[in-house]
Parts: sequence; structure tokens; C-alpha cells
Amino acid sequence: MSPSGSPDTVNARVPVLPASARRIPVVIIGAGHAGLAVSRRLTERLIEHVVLERGEVANSWRTERWDSLRLLTPNWQSQLPGMGYDGDEPDGFMTMPEVVDFISTYAETISAPVHSSTTVTRVGAVAGGYVVETDGGSWTCEAVVIASGGSNIANVPSLASEVPESIETVTPMTYRSPGRLNDGGVLVVGASATGVQLADEIRRSGRNVTISVGEHVRMPRVYRGRDVFWWMDAAGISDERHSDVDDLVRARNLPSPQLIGTPDRRSIDLNALTDRGVKMVGRLGRISDGRAQFAGSLANICLMGDLKMNRLLQSFDDWATSTDLDISDPPHRFDPTRLPSTPCLELDLIASGIGTIVWATGYRPDYSWLDVPVIDRKGRVRHDGGIVQDAPGLYVTGLNVLRRRRSSFINGAAHDSEEISNHLVRHLATTHA
Amino acid sequence: MTITDSPVDNGVNTEALIGARDALSQAPEAADFVWKAECKWIDGTYSETTLDGFSGLGQDHNHPTPHTFGMDHPECFASQDRGATPPEALLAALAGCLTAGVASVAQHRGIQLRSVTASVEGKMNVLGILGADPDIRNGFTDVAVSFDIDANATPEELQALVAQSQKRSAVYDMVTNPTNVTVGVA
Repeated sequence: MSPSGSPDTVNARVPVLPASARRIPVVIIGAGHAGLAVSRRLTERLIEHVVLERGEVANSWRTERWDSLRLLTPNWQSQLPGMGYDGDEPDGFMTMPEVVDFISTYAETISAPVHSSTTVTRVGAVAGGYVVETDGGSWTCEAVVIASGGSNIANVPSLASEVPESIETVTPMTYRSPGRLNDGGVLVVGASATGVQLADEIRRSGRNVTISVGEHVRMPRVYRGRDVFWWMDAAGISDERHSDVDDLVRARNLPSPQLIGTPDRRSIDLNALTDRGVKMVGRLGRISDGRAQFAGSLANICLMGDLKMNRLLQSFDDWATSTDLDISDPPHRFDPTRLPSTPCLELDLIASGIGTIVWATGYRPDYSWLDVPVIDRKGRVRHDGGIVQDAPGLYVTGLNVLRRRRSSFINGAAHDSEEISNHLVRHLATTHA
Repeated sequence: MTITDSPVDNGVNTEALIGARDALSQAPEAADFVWKAECKWIDGTYSETTLDGFSGLGQDHNHPTPHTFGMDHPECFASQDRGATPPEALLAALAGCLTAGVASVAQHRGIQLRSVTASVEGKMNVLGILGADPDIRNGFTDVAVSFDIDANATPEELQALVAQSQKRSAVYDMVTNPTNVTVGVA
């Protein structure tokens, strides 16, 4: 194909490839655990590929996490194809430097062909595959695996524009530690794992903390002596397939569970925050004239969280009974979430001394570079178990409930990478046939 | 829940609702509805509101016959009580919405309802609407709904049923969350 074809001779729908584009069968975008797992699977299958990484291996773990964060999953669950945790604290939780070390060691162990400091600027469709443009040149390939993750951008609600100017706002991607905040009170918006962890550590720094609570997933860290992820693994919940999940849209959009990984394996539910002096309010609905208004539905939101937790624990108990599991701790239930006697519905942010607002309101992926029409109206890639619809040879991995409930966890990559690679190999065989 | 031989029938067509959810997810613009009411002042504090039509699914709709109801203030406010007070109408709307939700969710979950009664109370200090105390709000400070349900379900299932009806209720959402309201003069 000539790169200098005149407009009247080139079909506008068949883009012209850059003359310098290198050819390779597969390009993986992102050198986190998910992309590296696919790399390992392709290496096993002798399929040439590159892994393009905008920074270094495990970049977002290096640069976009707060200082105290540890993995939500226990060490024994950190299993990738070809390498697993082999330290002496299987029940511990990795700190961020340990996660970076684990993933970097993995990249070296599997000799992943990583091109670091290479930012993808565009992926487009071309005849027979895709062109991947980067700040370090272009690649053409038959298949692309998007492994850039689901948490590239911190969500900030539109009402953030109404926050008084004197109040600082941070997202979990820019927040590092309480010591970097100003001295005022803090409103944490959101009660997922991120929200409850940040509310807890900021409160421990001595600041007044209010947490705005919407729909959330309550879980104990330990139940009947075992980690909650042990139960979900053992009872088969983590392996539930995306095609079997009752409400997949809901499952993929669930907030992360209210968990924290600490050496003492403590739980971090709303009652624990209340005990520590964190003030609980409903979902943030509006900010007007410096006054924040919160939903009056807090009681129902908390009741739903309690009921769902109890159903989860019941499923653990039912499974334990069905398998004659010998556990000395009998089944039990945790205290219902305690509500403030008079829930606060409106807060004058300045007068009440709020100096910082933390938007712990979730994350979304960044596909601004993806120039293939596979994005739905919510900004998500349309896919069935990681196989992108209407785009043969395009795959996505490492997202919530991609192929099974465990998909977004480190050990979710083990099975998902196997199945996606198998599909990818079949696709390459088709294009070569 | 108890499994019975006879199919659950609460008179709710959940298949149609789920079909609509799937169809509208593919065509989200058709899911934009506009609900309308027209209120005419009659006399004193008495007014009559007519609900004739609404739009949605890309077209206008009419009720088979227009619904009309009057609202007024009570005799203790020197009115003639020719209709419910507007705050009571709001309580009715909340209860009606939650009750419809209970029936729908019960149908979806296979719970046969035998009777459902929602009792609603809204607390209000009228010094607010009388303009006698600027620190007291006009509206309800607390609204409490109590459901009395006879159904083939465990107490925990009924709790979850009522919780889910709140989660899916339009009026519950509007009562518990701020809503942007503009009032103009034509």
C-alpha cells in the first residue's frame, strides 16, 4: 500500500499505514498483571508479540496509589500463570512496593517482551487487523489485547463544580496520605473499599471526617476463622461465570467491597468507622450555595448492605454444611449497621469546617486512544467475556467480572488469560487460513 | 421462599417489564419520559388537577380517561377540606409507588402476596409554612412508611422485598434526594 496515495485513489475507509509500521502478530497494551499473564500464555504458544507500557511494568501500582494501600486479596491468592506467591506470610496483604516487586519479578520470570515508556496514542482498524500508533512508532498486527485496566480515570461527579473554591478536592489517584491534606475536616464521598479506607486513615490522623454513603458492599474480613476470599473461592462464588451471573450489568458495576488488607486482618465496615468517630451521611445529592445535601435513604442503603452480606454468609454456611466442612467457629451474624439517630441531610461545608473533599466515587477506563467503534454509550468496550464484539482480533482483559467474578483480581488473570489466548490463537489461524 | 405448586400471580406482568428493560437499554432515547399534570384553581385553597397524558417511547400517550383529583386545606386552617392536602397527596404518591414496587418485585421473586398495607406518616411543624420560625423547614422532617404484608415469604425475604421496592421507586428517590425544580410564569 502506498502511503502517498492521492485522496481520489484511496478509499477513505481503508486507512493508509505509516510506512515505518512494524509488523507483529499481537500487541498487548498494558504491562500490569493482566497483560503480562496474556503475554505468558502467548509465549507458551510461540506467538510473537509485544507488550506496550506507557510507564514501567506495574505502572499504575507505582504511580496512582496512596501510600498505605495494600492489596484487598491475601498473599496466597496472588497466583499468575507460571508464578505464585511463595513468601512466608500467605495470609498477609502486599503493600504497593511489594505488588510492584511481585509484578516486576513476574515480567522478568516470563521474559515478557515489554516496551516501557511507550504510550499508545491510537488504535485503528486496517485491512486484516489493527494499527497501534505510539509515541515510539507504529505497529501493525492481527490482534490487540487491551490490558490497560478499568481504573484509568477517577470519577468526579458533575456537582464538583459547585464546591466552594476554598475547599481542596482530591481523588484517590492524587491522594497520598493524611499528612498532605490541610488541617480542616474532610468529607469523603463514597463508601467502597477506597472510601472506607481513606475515611479510616484520615480520621486516625485526628481530623473530623464525614463519609457520604451510597450503595455499598459490606463484608467481614474474616468469617468463622477464614478470610472472606477463602470462602468465596471455596464456595465457588469467585468462579461464577459472567454468562451465569444473574444481573451482569449490576455485577460489573458493583462498588469494591468494604475491605482492607492489614496485618491484623481487621474488618472495616461502617460500624467500625462509627466507633472511630467518623460521621455517616447519605449519598451526596447536591451542593448549592456552599451547602451539601445528602439523600434521606441512608437507612435503606445500609439495610440492603446488611441483607446482602447476610445472604453471602448464608451461602458460605450452606456450602460448609453441604461439604461437611469441619470448622470450630459456628455460623454467626454481625451487628446491623448502626445509623445516626438524626441523619444529617444538609451540611454548610465552610461553616462546618470542611477543608477537603475526597472523591472516592469510582474509576473508569480511558479509551480515548481507541479509534475502533466498539465503545457503548457508557464509555465501556462492548465485549462478551473479553472478546470484543464486531471487532475480530480485538480483546480486552482485566475488567470487573470479565469472564468470572474473580476477573479483576490478580488471580482472575490466570484463567481469563488462558481462555482469551485460546480464542486469539484460533483467530490467528483463521486469518492465516 | 416457600415453593408452591401454583404459579405466583400478583397481577404484574414482569416479563413485559424485563422485556422493556432490555429493549430500552438498546434504545435509551426512547426511555426519556415526560410526566405531566395540569392544576386549575377553583376557589379558596381548592384546586383540581387533571392528568391526561404523558410522553415516552418516542410518542405521546393519553390515559384512557383523564384522572382528576382535588386538593384543599383542612378545616382547622379555615378551609373547607374539599380534598386531600398536597402533603397528603405526596404521602399517597410515595405509598402508591412503593406498593407497586412491592408487587412487581414480589412477582419477579416468586413471592405470592395475599395482602399488602402501607401506613405512612409524615412529620411536619407548621410554623415553617406559616412563616413563624425561619429555622423550621416547610416540608416533612421525617417520613415513615410501615408495610404490613401477608405473603408466602420469610420475614427476611419481606425485608429484602421492601428494601428493593425503595431502591427502584421514583417517588422514594424524589422524596429522599434533591430535585431541580423550576417554576415560571407563562
